[in-house]
Amino acid sequence: MVSRIGFLGVIARVFLWVFLLGLAVVVVYPLLWMVLNGFKTNSQLFGNPFALPVDWSFENYRKAWNRGVSDYLTTSVLVTVTSTVATVFVSAWAAYGLTRVKIPFSGFITGTILGGLMLAPSVALVPLVKMFQAMGLYNSFWALLILYTAFRVPFTTFLIRAYMLDLPREVDEAAEMDGCGRWTAFWHIILPMCKPIITSTVLLHILFAWNEYLFAMIFTSGSGVQTLPVGLMSLMSKHGTEFPVVFAGMTIAAIPVMLLFFFGQRYIVKGMADGIGK
Amino acid sequence: MPTIVKRALGLAWVLPALALVGVFVYFPLAENLGFSTLKWDIYSGSQEFVGLENYRKLVDDPVFWRSLGNNVMYAVVSIAFQVCGALVLAALIEGIRSQRWQRILRSIYFIPCAISLTVAGLLFYFIYEPNLGPLNHLLDAVGLGDLSRSWLGEESTAMPAIIAMSQWQGFGYSTLLFAVAIQRIPAEIYHAAALDGTGPVRRFFHVTVPLVREMTGLMMMVTISGAFQVFNEVMVMTGGGPDNSSQVLGTWLYRSGFVRNDFGYAAAIATVIFVITLAIAVAQLWVANRRRVEW
Repeated sequence: MVSRIGFLGVIARVFLWVFLLGLAVVVVYPLLWMVLNGFKTNSQLFGNPFALPVDWSFENYRKAWNRGVSDYLTTSVLVTVTSTVATVFVSAWAAYGLTRVKIPFSGFITGTILGGLMLAPSVALVPLVKMFQAMGLYNSFWALLILYTAFRVPFTTFLIRAYMLDLPREVDEAAEMDGCGRWTAFWHIILPMCKPIITSTVLLHILFAWNEYLFAMIFTSGSGVQTLPVGLMSLMSKHGTEFPVVFAGMTIAAIPVMLLFFFGQRYIVKGMADGIGK
Repeated sequence: MPTIVKRALGLAWVLPALALVGVFVYFPLAENLGFSTLKWDIYSGSQEFVGLENYRKLVDDPVFWRSLGNNVMYAVVSIAFQVCGALVLAALIEGIRSQRWQRILRSIYFIPCAISLTVAGLLFYFIYEPNLGPLNHLLDAVGLGDLSRSWLGEESTAMPAIIAMSQWQGFGYSTLLFAVAIQRIPAEIYHAAALDGTGPVRRFFHVTVPLVREMTGLMMMVTISGAFQVFNEVMVMTGGGPDNSSQVLGTWLYRSGFVRNDFGYAAAIATVIFVITLAIAVAQLWVANRRRVEW
């Protein structure tokens, strides 16, 4: 009897591992296929799709780089870095004001800022186009910087605010006794204490800004300020059937965020779990 | 300094956030409602008040209903895979003894969520491609060659193919969050259940499922809300074609406004998306509040 249960247990465990590892292959194989196709020639690509590249030359990667990907990458880095800095600072200030400073209408203000979480960007799309055209910022880097910041402040404030609420009150009293002003207390005491959640919000914002498509497509399509997601689509349409170059471009776009995830996984998971769980 | 002035000065902390959200999130939202009552050509600049005409057009527009249907299909499939499936998967992973393998599997499954939907969409565009794509080759190799087709080129398979891609891209995200929720369940509860002789299947339904109920509810809302905001993957893979068969509300909004230059109609579609996502958000708040009262 015991051995029978043991035997069934082994069978169950084998099935479990076949399933889990099979799923891992389904996830990883397409990505591997993408990277490998960047090394193939066009005729190889249209041959057996499962074959390995014949000569491992970086020619397609070089071509992709020279046909715009270097510009798209520069824009993406610029938009990502500036909007991350803007979003995190604006959100940290707001979170500090909402949790540490006595301000009028604080309940209403909290509701207004966090309520932005519920609103879908596509709903504001048409008015935003008109607004940015009127401001002369349509098709510019500024449009993306402003929109990525405005639409991510609610989520980022939500995370930082929740963290600041959990910091002990005594910290503020001690700062006040030392004669620190609000500004000093924020920069030198509260902000350093929030380092873990700031790291999470920075990484989550980078993932968002690097990958965002709707705003990037509408607000920068016709000009030299395309980000990677939009640029990849132009690479695809401009270079007809030279698909290995497109695969190389896709790989270049994917690698930075994959590395970011591997090194910052702990913080990303923490931020996501807090973001949805509180 | 009088207290009232001091308090007002405190507003400076929240002012940048408030201004950004007010001007670029709330104001356009309100403006959109107004635009939806216009017949508006953005290039010539002509605007004409037409009342609820755009909404009447919506009701008579078969593509609108098809788009809405596709969003609903998206939501249903995503709940099956990214909520129910992910919960089972997370429980299976957390049941593994080796913590190292737990971590490795969770990370592998999450990788597609880190890359953009544009890259993932393009990648699957090629995977579904009838000539060079591995999917048809694979079907041939296992003797199911009859099934091979131009997946994104046929009306009946375009939308399912896009939805399948987004399950591939997104299931790791919810699996990871369910794993976090399962880890928060005290180990003693599982030990007690195991001592009572409760098998793993019963443990899943009688311990895991009830104790991660809160996370399941949240994931459900996030998934449904996301399903009604789909845009990127459809735009990249089919642009809504063939013959509008894979159109969703987001892409139909884009096409109506930016391609067909009917911005009033686009604003009306945007209002529909707004109402749906707002209803989901309100439901979420209501559920969250009720739970607080219960405890």
